[in-house]
Amino acid sequence: MGQAGEAHYIKIWKILTVLLVISVVGPMAEIKVLTLITAFGVALVKAYLVAKHFMHIPLEPKWLTQLLIMGMAIILVFFFGVAPDVMKHEGANWEHTTAIEFVENAKKNPPADHH
Amino acid sequence: MKPIATTRMATGVPTGRLAVWWLIVSEVVLFGGLLGAYVMHRLGHPEWAEMASHTKPLLGGLNTMVLLTSSLAAVLAHHAAENGDGKKAAKLLGFTILGGFMFLVIKSFEWTAEIQAGYTITAGGFWSFYYTAAGIHASHVIAGMIAMAFVAKDAAKGLELQRVEYVGLYWHFVDVVWIFLFPLLYIAR
Repeated sequence: MGQAGEAHYIKIWKILTVLLVISVVGPMAEIKVLTLITAFGVALVKAYLVAKHFMHIPLEPKWLTQLLIMGMAIILVFFFGVAPDVMKHEGANWEHTTAIEFVENAKKNPPADHH
Repeated sequence: MKPIATTRMATGVPTGRLAVWWLIVSEVVLFGGLLGAYVMHRLGHPEWAEMASHTKPLLGGLNTMVLLTSSLAAVLAHHAAENGDGKKAAKLLGFTILGGFMFLVIKSFEWTAEIQAGYTITAGGFWSFYYTAAGIHASHVIAGMIAMAFVAKDAAKGLELQRVEYVGLYWHFVDVVWIFLFPLLYIAR
């Protein structure tokens, strides 16, 4: 399956290394948007490069890629099905008082600050 | 005689490789579910930021570097196997295993320091996810290293060279999982 030469793979590894440095240094600025781009945006690019050049996904039949996308789609169904209950602690006609209290208490007394 | 997984190709993909892809798809659901659950809890619990601030991004970054480099060795092993050079493929798989070993050593130092500081798996929701996700990932690293050792043993004799690609595919996937775990557990604070 691998049709590229060694130099090509080493080039991709060098790009991945530069991207890794960006993903470590970028968030140090502590700017939320920059963190999102440098940490999570760069992670997507790194994963794409590994999948394309090291796993050779473009050389596989299309249905195999679709199979992988299907696996990810199942995760999205799970996420959007469960997230409203987990992420929200209050809504139009309800509130999860225990969760709200838990978050407030944890903010005041970090659970594992044993230093 | 070659095993049927090497020669049979009912789907246009050799059956052995198809089996690895099938495994990877099931792993996508496993790790995707875990990471999805982590993301929704993390967004619903702002207090986790304080706990996350105690992780060590430089060690996490170093481990990312180690895994990316081991992935390079795995793809170069695949390249060598395709050229019929089993000895070189086995040697490169040995480097990949060494990368996996280094990853585990760095992880064990990191975990020891965290546990000694009181950040155990029961210290809070963040730490539960941290140890579960990184632990399941580490078990995959160990499984990959064992599989690779068997493949390298045969490859050194010029046998079953197609398996070098199969085990490499699995290793790259383990690398991709870490690429997402790294920012989620170490960078987002």
